[in-house]
Amino acid sequence: MQLKWWKILGVLLVLYSIIAGLLLPVPQLDILNESIRNLYFHVTMWFSMIILMLMSMIQSIRFLNGFDKMRDLKAEALASTGMFIAVLGLTTGMIWAQFTWGAFWVNDPKLNGAAVTMLIYLAYFILRNSIENEDSRARVSAIYNILAFVMMIVFIGVLPRMTDSLHPGNGGNPGFGNYDLDSNMRMVFYPAVIGWILVSTWIAQLRFRIKVLEIKKENL
Amino acid sequence: MKSFISTILFCLFIVYPAIAQDIEMADVMRSNGKIYVVVAVIAMIFVGLIVYLYRIDQRVNKLEE
Repeated sequence: MQLKWWKILGVLLVLYSIIAGLLLPVPQLDILNESIRNLYFHVTMWFSMIILMLMSMIQSIRFLNGFDKMRDLKAEALASTGMFIAVLGLTTGMIWAQFTWGAFWVNDPKLNGAAVTMLIYLAYFILRNSIENEDSRARVSAIYNILAFVMMIVFIGVLPRMTDSLHPGNGGNPGFGNYDLDSNMRMVFYPAVIGWILVSTWIAQLRFRIKVLEIKKENL
Repeated sequence: MKSFISTILFCLFIVYPAIAQDIEMADVMRSNGKIYVVVAVIAMIFVGLIVYLYRIDQRVNKLEE
């Protein structure tokens, strides 16, 4: 069977972002130097994680509106892929921080918010696995998933902006829009975000399909 | 006085890119052409992962049928 068009598009966009992201000129800034290119790789991880969690929450809401079990499985697959992407975002961020801020972990509200967010989603999986009854498991975890998404927005989207943060666009720091006045970076960054969202959605979709197969096998 | 300050500010913005030129970037890596090797390696790894993902996709397809 042919691959779906969006999977091919996602792969091509990420491939483009790797090649163009490493070769195209970037603003020359002190301390950051060439590491500004991490924007195409590290930041895109968090963008796609947030979108995956959003899709997961939408699936949870749609589950609660009709109790279609497939929606619950989709929400779980999307959230677990989102967690995986978040781990990548966290580790790449730690490497970047070591060489620009001087430590793998600094006491930055965005970093701590991201850590809390990951713990919140970890609790989602623990909650799922701790309920034996399938129906109540799906219902309780769907409701928790909605709460988890709201908490994530608060911890990585709202709170860091209210205090001092080393991240661009937070606490008086200029946003990343200030760095790419030549808009060269935008031409790589936005395709990279879309590409990674599509690729990670593909991974989540595979996870969901395998899960469905497992359940079918159990019911045989 | 106002125009004097604005002239100075204007000059700063003109001169700033010249200062920025002194910041060290990976120019050497690009000038001898070897950066393309790195790009090729990373692109290769990504393509490899995608091929692997594609094959999992095919296998799941087969199981679903």
